[in-house]
Amino acid sequence: MSGYLLRAVSVLGEDKVDVLIDGGIISEVSKKPLAPTGVRTIDCDGLVALPGLVDLHTHLREPGREDSETVESGSAAAALGGFVAIHAMANTNPVADTAGVVEQVYRLGREAGWCDVRPVGAVTVGLHGTQLAELAAMAHSAARVRVFSDDGKCVADPILMRRALEYVKAFDGVIAQHAQEPRLTEDAQMNEGFVSSQLGLRGWPAVAEESIISRDVLLAEHVGSRLHVCHVSTAGSVEIVRWAKSRGVMVTAEVTPHHLLLTDELARSYDPRYKVNPPLRRDEDVQALRQGLADGTIDAVATDHAPHPVEDKECEWSSAAFGMIGLQSALSVVQTTMVETGLMTWAEVSDRMSTRPARIGSLRDHGRPIAVGEPAHVVLLDPRGKSAFTLEANASKSRNSPFLGMELHGHVEATFLRGRATVLDGKLVG
Amino acid sequence: MKRHLLSASDLNVDDAILILDTAEELAKLVDGPVKKLPTLRGRTVVNLFYEDSTRTRISFEAAAKRLSADVINFTAKGSSVSKGESLKDTALTLQAMGADAVIVRHSASGAAHQLAASGWIAGSVINAGDGTHEHPSQALLDAFTMRRHLRGSKGDLAGVRVTIVGDVLHSRVARSNVLLLATLGAEVTLVAPPTLMPFGVEQWPCEISYDLDRVLPRTEALMMLRVQGERMNNAFFPSMREYSRGYGLDDKRASALSPEAIVMHPGPMNRGLEISAGAADGLRSVIVEQVANGVSVRMAILYLLLGGAFVEEVSL
Amino acid sequence: MDVAQREVLDSGDINRALSRIAHEILEKNKGVQDLVLLGIPTRGAHIAQRLARAIADIEGIAIPVGTIDVTLHRDDLRSRPTRALLPTVIPTSGIDGKKVVLIDDVLFSGRTIRAALDAMGELGRPSQVQLAVLVDRGHRELPIRADYVGKNLPTSLKEHVRVSIMETDGSDSVSISGTPTSGAE
Repeated sequence: MSGYLLRAVSVLGEDKVDVLIDGGIISEVSKKPLAPTGVRTIDCDGLVALPGLVDLHTHLREPGREDSETVESGSAAAALGGFVAIHAMANTNPVADTAGVVEQVYRLGREAGWCDVRPVGAVTVGLHGTQLAELAAMAHSAARVRVFSDDGKCVADPILMRRALEYVKAFDGVIAQHAQEPRLTEDAQMNEGFVSSQLGLRGWPAVAEESIISRDVLLAEHVGSRLHVCHVSTAGSVEIVRWAKSRGVMVTAEVTPHHLLLTDELARSYDPRYKVNPPLRRDEDVQALRQGLADGTIDAVATDHAPHPVEDKECEWSSAAFGMIGLQSALSVVQTTMVETGLMTWAEVSDRMSTRPARIGSLRDHGRPIAVGEPAHVVLLDPRGKSAFTLEANASKSRNSPFLGMELHGHVEATFLRGRATVLDGKLVG
Repeated sequence: MKRHLLSASDLNVDDAILILDTAEELAKLVDGPVKKLPTLRGRTVVNLFYEDSTRTRISFEAAAKRLSADVINFTAKGSSVSKGESLKDTALTLQAMGADAVIVRHSASGAAHQLAASGWIAGSVINAGDGTHEHPSQALLDAFTMRRHLRGSKGDLAGVRVTIVGDVLHSRVARSNVLLLATLGAEVTLVAPPTLMPFGVEQWPCEISYDLDRVLPRTEALMMLRVQGERMNNAFFPSMREYSRGYGLDDKRASALSPEAIVMHPGPMNRGLEISAGAADGLRSVIVEQVANGVSVRMAILYLLLGGAFVEEVSL
Repeated sequence: MDVAQREVLDSGDINRALSRIAHEILEKNKGVQDLVLLGIPTRGAHIAQRLARAIADIEGIAIPVGTIDVTLHRDDLRSRPTRALLPTVIPTSGIDGKKVVLIDDVLFSGRTIRAALDAMGELGRPSQVQLAVLVDRGHRELPIRADYVGKNLPTSLKEHVRVSIMETDGSDSVSISGTPTSGAE
């Protein structure tokens, strides 16, 4: 019914073109101005068009913790952040370890309509790490789960990880590991390093992440399976992934926006908004992560959007919950850390935030180029200037983000999901 | 033919066809009025069964007795072989008793090979199933059954499309069948969840698939393997229900087979897990016939191993 | 080493002998009633087929003919490597109450015929068993005699009798080899 003409938009930050969105697809791309009738024109002077963003790692908290987030509120925040597809992690209550729960989350996402919600299936029943969940049943359900993760917890038992990696080959699934050796990180609060020694907070050593990743890439190589590593946070982890890829292991990795910017120095404030899992690390780690993302060792930026109610963050550090929300601020942080620094171009950003995540999640109609005939999943970004990330603009039900109240680079002007505008003029479309 | 039958790979195509042809002749005689043949009179055959298996043991016993051999049954249920010692002691005792053939079933892979190579026994060693390694007489009776239904009881199995479904990783029946069927020229496809396929299976002489429904329509002989429900406790599959859904032969899948296809199972069956009652008892099932064929095939094995002189004994 | 072979029966001799045997069988049994021919494979089986055809030509009636393999009943199995089994095909009318004529190419020690009698014993109870052979070379080790003989061929134990028939060897011929040249036995 209604189409859109994006006039003089810079696709991937390159030459300006006119892009016509009609009937759910990109119907025309032209260097010469177009003059179609019956469509709404958006003047895109100064704007950059990227393919709609795909998040591999989001916590929507529904079912079970609807006080902190729902599928509806979380996916609305995602749309405002420029996302057209998000992967909802399985650590809900009840856990998403059956076809029933994943189909429920899938249905809620469709009803909300803000973006494509793809449920992630748990690897083990109840996330207890002892028995495989019915992975095939989830894969063959209406939710068509392809990504499986016990995120929040690590699949620590090596035999279980091996079986999971083998088992999903039958339906081209992928195991996404939250790499955290449990025995090395009991009651850990922040990165183990010089800062933690001064602050008196129990440390979460880098080796607890790196040892699991080492083990898992070797397992993946041995059984010939795909592996995805969630929220890589250390320089050592980047090295291991790089080494594994050089051997032909089918491993992919993601990094959060906050790990590209923030360090453990911020814990000195004891402000629990900086308490995340995996923890904020040293500056050397931040630099290595940026380099890894730039050279493609790290395949994707994934938000690990982790909503928590106010009471779980306004308390002493050791009692606080881990995590920060991040869907709305993600693109800005990436612009700040990677584009403004000259480490990546917008084309590379679209590769890490759309193309590769879509491929890892087996989403066939996402991550496609902005070209004629492709599904019209587009985000329009204004990279100029800075704007405040305000509480009013925050669509999440939670507000645990250090970026709230800060001035951030760029902002999302519009988001199109399959040719339908979910966000226009930086606001949700009713 | 060699002196022992330890592995299906011991048999070349001529050996295998000789066994099948001999079994055909014996089956004809034994199906009819002949209940006993004098051929192995005076020979002693020992059933050395360390693992419980009434079915296989009785099959070998019947085969030996029909050829008038004397049969001695030794069952060592529950006994574990520590450092090979009790296997050795037992073998030396059997040798002293004058066993012409020892049929051995053991929970340790390689037990039959060790017995044959040890020099403790002068007679023939027949492997009736060793751990998760091999079960050659089962593969032979399976091939015999397939040949009867699909190739008119003659020749080899060239081009026959066989699909074997189930816990391949732990199955000695699968291993022996893949080897023998390849020797006989059949086209074998293994179907199982990836967790139940052995590492290195890509180098076996067969195809593999994780998708049973895709393979069924072209299958001429479908062999369902027994799956132990307890395997789910070692994370080989999440639950018995999910296993059945993906890899069980239910009534619907049975009717997707061509009408001429046959359904086989080495037994014992877990009705409702890897095979439905309808499929087990249905028109295409040859499972009961497999048991009868087992006796003829084992008679052929005993006759061919014991019915003449060993090559070393004869001066040419 | 060259082994001298002399032909003692050529194809004409063989055919005449078989024709005569066919007539003798009919004469002795006064016709074809209840008659069954069983040949001992391999050559005996083909000879049985030829006799059956000859009898059918004479009487104008087809008679049942089959084969009986004696391997499983031999008493000398252990002296040689295992022999492959040959086919046993009993005519559908069976052998119970029938007059069975066993047919073989050479009668020698008699042990093959003894095994054939044992094998037949498992399959039924004929009213009579007769024996027809192409060649009798003597040296019986058991009390067995043939009812119909193509040719009596006295031989020494050192000699070897070779029977060739068209169906398996490409020609019809019986020859003896290994005759001691000195002439002494």
